[in-house]
Amino acid sequence: MIYLDNAATTRTKPPAVAQAVLEALSSYGNCGRGGHQGALSAARAIYETREKIAALLGCPRADHVCFTQNSTQALNIAVCGLLGPVDHVISTDLEHNSVLRPLYRLRDAGAAVDFVPADSRGRLDYCGFERLLRPETKAIVCTHASNLTGDAVDIARVGRFAREHGLLFILDASQTAGVLPIDLAAMGIDVVCFTGHKSLMGPQGTGGLCLREGLEIRPFTVGGTGVQSYSEAQPGEYPTRLEAGTLNGHGLAGLSAALDFLSETGIARIHAHEDALARRFYKAVRDLPGVTVYGDFSAPVRAPVVTLNIGDLDSAEISDELAERFGIATRPGAHCAPRLHRALGTEEQGAVRFSWSYFNTEEETAAAAEAVRVLAREALEG
Amino acid sequence: MKQRTEKYVVTFRTTAGAMAMEAACSAAGLPGRLIPVPRSVTAGCGLCWAAPPESREVLEELVIKKRLDVDGIYAIIL
Repeated sequence: MIYLDNAATTRTKPPAVAQAVLEALSSYGNCGRGGHQGALSAARAIYETREKIAALLGCPRADHVCFTQNSTQALNIAVCGLLGPVDHVISTDLEHNSVLRPLYRLRDAGAAVDFVPADSRGRLDYCGFERLLRPETKAIVCTHASNLTGDAVDIARVGRFAREHGLLFILDASQTAGVLPIDLAAMGIDVVCFTGHKSLMGPQGTGGLCLREGLEIRPFTVGGTGVQSYSEAQPGEYPTRLEAGTLNGHGLAGLSAALDFLSETGIARIHAHEDALARRFYKAVRDLPGVTVYGDFSAPVRAPVVTLNIGDLDSAEISDELAERFGIATRPGAHCAPRLHRALGTEEQGAVRFSWSYFNTEEETAAAAEAVRVLAREALEG
Repeated sequence: MKQRTEKYVVTFRTTAGAMAMEAACSAAGLPGRLIPVPRSVTAGCGLCWAAPPESREVLEELVIKKRLDVDGIYAIIL
C-alpha cells in the first residue's frame, strides 16, 4: 500500500515511537498519583513532552502546554472556555468541523460568528478580517492550513491583526504542527491547538493546547487531578486546570519520542521533502485532460496536500479505484470541510485528497501520478 | 521505619510544578527527591520536593530564577 492519507493521520511513525509506547505500557504508573517510580516515570515523561512541545511551538512555559485527546477536544476547550453568548467571532471558510461545530454551537447559544470567505479557487480574502470586525468582536479562530487544499494561512499577519484590535487568536494547527513553523509568542497567538498523530508523528489519542501566559480559560471538564484534593473547585493553575482525569501517558511517551525525531531531523527538512513530493505530483497531474486540482500552488508555503477530481466522477469511486487497483490510500468526500467544498463547488462530488509525510518517496509519488493519469484517460474514453 | 531527620520541603500546586522542580534541580546538580506530600504539610495528595535543610538557600534561588510554581516551603522532621 502506498499511503498518501497523511493529512488524516501519519501511518508510518519513527520506529522509536512504538518502542516508547511499548516501554511505557510495561512500566508506567499514573502521572501525579503517588511518589513511586512508576508514577514518577510517567510524570517525568509527560513533563518532558510538555517541554518539547513548548519548544516546538514557541510556548514560553512548559506548564502552559495542556494535553488532550486530539485537536478537536483542544478546540472545544478553547472556544467554550474563552468565548460566550455575547461575543462576536471571526473565522474562515477554510475551517474543519473541529472549529466549525464548536462555533456553530456557540452561535446557537447567542454569539455572532462570521467567516472570511474563500474564492472559487479556495483562496482566502484577507481583507475580510477587517471588513467583518465589530466593536464586540472578541476572537479570531482559524486554521493554519486547509486540510482540504493544503493552502496555508499567513498566521503572522492574522496575529498582527488580532493584536492591533485586541482580539484573541485561537489557532488550529492540526495540519501544520510539526511541518510548518509556529511561534505562539512571536506570532501573537493566544492558543495553539494541536494533534499528536498527524505531522507530529505521534500516537492517536494525543494532542493539546499551548497557551500564552495570563489567559483565563474555563475548564471544560473537572475531576481528579492528583493535587488539591480537598478543594471543591478544579485547581486554577495550568496545566492541571484543563487536565482532569488520567492523562494518556503511554501515548504521550510515544509523542515524546516523535518530537525527538522531529528535533533531530528538523521540521524545515521534513517540510522541504514533503513539499517537493507534493509539488512534483501536482506538476505531473495538473495538465492531464479532465483533471481539476484545487488550491493555490503559487503560494511559497503550503501543507503537503494535493486535492483533485477527475471529470465529474464521484470522488469516492476514484479513491476506491486508487486503493483497489493501484494500492494507493487517499481520502475522498467532504473531509469535514463543508464551507470550503461549497466555495470550490465540490459539495456534491467531493474531492480526492493525496497527502504526504516524511516517509513517502519519489517512487510512490510517481506511481500515484501514473495512477491518476490512467484513471483520467479511462474517464475520457468512457 | 527510617530514622527521622529535618528536611526542607517544597510543595507545588500542580504535578507539572513538581516535575519542573525535579528537572531544574537535576540540571543544577542540587540534592533532594520527589516524595508524596506528608500530612504534616497538607492533607490530600500530590508530590513535594524533600531536600537536606542546608540546601535551602540554593533551592530558593533556583525557585525564583526558574519561576517555579511553588505552593509552600516548610522545614519539618521526616
